[in-house]
Amino acid sequence: MSSTAAASPDVPAPAAEPQRRTGAEMIWEVLEQEGVEVVFGYPGGAIMPAYDALPRYRVRHVLVRHEQGAAHMADGYARASGRVGVAVATSGPGATNLVTGIATAMLDSVPCVFITGQVSSHLIGSDAFQETDVTGVTLPITKHNWLVTRPEDVGPVLREAFHVARTGRPGPVLVDVTKDAQQGSCDFDPADRRLARVPHRRPERGGTADALDRAAALIDHAERPLILAGHGIVQAGAAAELLAFVERTGAPVASTLLGLGGFPATHPRALGMMGMHGEAWVNRAVQEADLLIALGMRFDDRVTGNLKTYAPRARKIHVDLDSSEIGKNVAVDLAIIGDVKQVLAELTPRCKPSTRATWIARIEAEKGDAAVRDIQRLPDTGKLFAAHVIHDLWRLTEGKAVVVTDVGQHQMWEAQYYKHDHARGLVTSGGLGTMGFALPAAIGARFARPDDEVWVIAGDGGFQMTAAELSTCAQEGLKVNVAIINNGYLGMVRQWQEMFYGGRYVATPMRSPDFVKLAEAHGLTGLRVTRRAEVADAVAAARRAPGTVVIDFRVEQEDSVYPMVPTGADLGEMIRRPAPSPIVETARDSDEDEVPR
Amino acid sequence: MSPAPGHPSRTRLRTFVATVEDVPGVLNRVASLFRRRGYNIASLTVGQSERPGLSRLTIVVGCDDATAARVEANLWKLVDLVEVHELDAGQVVERDLALIKVRADLTSRAQVVQAAELFGARVVDVAPTELVVEITATRERVDDLRRVLEPFGVIALVRTGAVAMPRAGVAEPSPLPLTAAAKAASGT
Repeated sequence: MSSTAAASPDVPAPAAEPQRRTGAEMIWEVLEQEGVEVVFGYPGGAIMPAYDALPRYRVRHVLVRHEQGAAHMADGYARASGRVGVAVATSGPGATNLVTGIATAMLDSVPCVFITGQVSSHLIGSDAFQETDVTGVTLPITKHNWLVTRPEDVGPVLREAFHVARTGRPGPVLVDVTKDAQQGSCDFDPADRRLARVPHRRPERGGTADALDRAAALIDHAERPLILAGHGIVQAGAAAELLAFVERTGAPVASTLLGLGGFPATHPRALGMMGMHGEAWVNRAVQEADLLIALGMRFDDRVTGNLKTYAPRARKIHVDLDSSEIGKNVAVDLAIIGDVKQVLAELTPRCKPSTRATWIARIEAEKGDAAVRDIQRLPDTGKLFAAHVIHDLWRLTEGKAVVVTDVGQHQMWEAQYYKHDHARGLVTSGGLGTMGFALPAAIGARFARPDDEVWVIAGDGGFQMTAAELSTCAQEGLKVNVAIINNGYLGMVRQWQEMFYGGRYVATPMRSPDFVKLAEAHGLTGLRVTRRAEVADAVAAARRAPGTVVIDFRVEQEDSVYPMVPTGADLGEMIRRPAPSPIVETARDSDEDEVPR
Repeated sequence: MSPAPGHPSRTRLRTFVATVEDVPGVLNRVASLFRRRGYNIASLTVGQSERPGLSRLTIVVGCDDATAARVEANLWKLVDLVEVHELDAGQVVERDLALIKVRADLTSRAQVVQAAELFGARVVDVAPTELVVEITATRERVDDLRRVLEPFGVIALVRTGAVAMPRAGVAEPSPLPLTAAAKAASGT
């Protein structure tokens, strides 16, 4: 995954004429060396020396409206590109405003480098103006962080920071640079690419020939194997290896939310998303499988439901880069620690070719019942449903857009109805579930993928959390298309209130500004859609327009996401879309192979 | 490689020895990890190791086998960590130091001193009505002395927590390269 060769003690630093640089200059010089083309940030007192030096370097700076936006932009850039995203902020409130974005990147293992200004070293610990112990604050939500108090350390530490962010299981790091370290200067050799140090890694234990042979034997003997594909597939760039593995073993693929796109959604073996809002046939496949092959996923509670009854018939193979994930939530029969791309490349030839025809036929049969309930097949009443908007958007963009979603109902509908065939086509906050993520993350994705169409799909609630970044779009001349799925509620919470809290809609009805006028107030284009017949024209108009377009889709207010596995319930127990009345079903057939609980 | 499904092992005290870079905040990172993951620390000590720039931690944790594996795996993820190993309970030298301030007047002093001597403990400070006993021993033996002194009246007790290493003749867990050697060119 790393593009930087791991450091070797044998390679001496090339000798070259050292030059003087300030710490501020070295920040940008190292970013250039690391291939950083854009940073997202917001200036302030303690980071001013760095900003003052910025114009002398080729790094583009995007001025955000709130540092949380900068963090999500760096994150969106990293997710859409696979490269390291960078955000910059000042000390104190600038740094603490990054926190939600850093935690978002941490939970989803996204490689980002956050650079914060800090008060001068002699003021540290004095509660100086805008002083916050930001390395303390971010300790549990970064892979690692550093406080740099001397100009000599700026270059080596920043290089180490990039190394840590992108190697192993990726993740966010933070480098806090005091103002005096930015202002002071020291010798700098541009040819010297030494890291402050190369962190130790746990010696490799998995992926041995023996483990691979055991995995292949488990797979060959399984009648109902199921692949659980996670974010690791996307991050390791293992989509091709997964496809080859599936075509050899015939095993179907269920994806986590962040795994979507790691396997083509239109492939016959693709089942779609599993878990709380997974389609019925996916969760039933999990519960009926006799072997789970978990690839780069971590058995999140939204994926498993009740652990006591999870996949009761299945043996389990877990492939992950991070050994601390093994056995964390689900005990497994075989663990292989390693890069999933490499593991799959070595595992596939060890497995026997198979079609799993009986198993596939059984899953296909499940789809028939679900199809009857599919909202796409319900007669068009003229009403606008979110699922229709997203389905049409998928069709009109031919599934090729980079879609950046916020958090809530629309996020689940997107996962269900926008069929991603390519890795990094979906950018979404999975682990932390951060509302307000979509618009800024899409701005980051815009820079990562200059040739691709970028769509935001957000709810009316989440969109308003970071709507100020529309101003950033306008100032930077960015083209992002925004689909607001506007139902006048905090929809997912409303849905839970409807289902589990007696229909008491406490603090969920939400009044929003006129989003069309809001867009226009920013000098952008706003459109409104209230009927399904208008969707195609609006989407086409947005795609044609040169600048950012906001479409306010006024959808059905009290629609819910189905199916739904209530929190902590058995994965097989789903609340299904009423057809015509609400019913709860269980995945267990009433046949002979009932499993004791 | 992984715990047998459905058969959690017994929770007991386990001793981990970790070598970390001697840099600011490293103890905070270790403590934060244990707090965040909810691992139950019985004791944690830190001090110099035989290698300059590296500190050694002895961490005693009450947990089962599966948790022990994750404690170790999570410690490995700390960037400041050089190496960590769980010590085999039968192959370890482990010592805890305690200072115990005990009531001891003219009538009881001789008995207190005698009790301390039974444990190989030393009296390191004496006043007319109390004295301080120092003991360096295994955790269990320190516990035992405390119980014996309790009837005399323990005024205060302080323990260092365990420090441990593999027994003489038992190979040290394969040492990784020193940090100085790792300070190397990143290459281009």
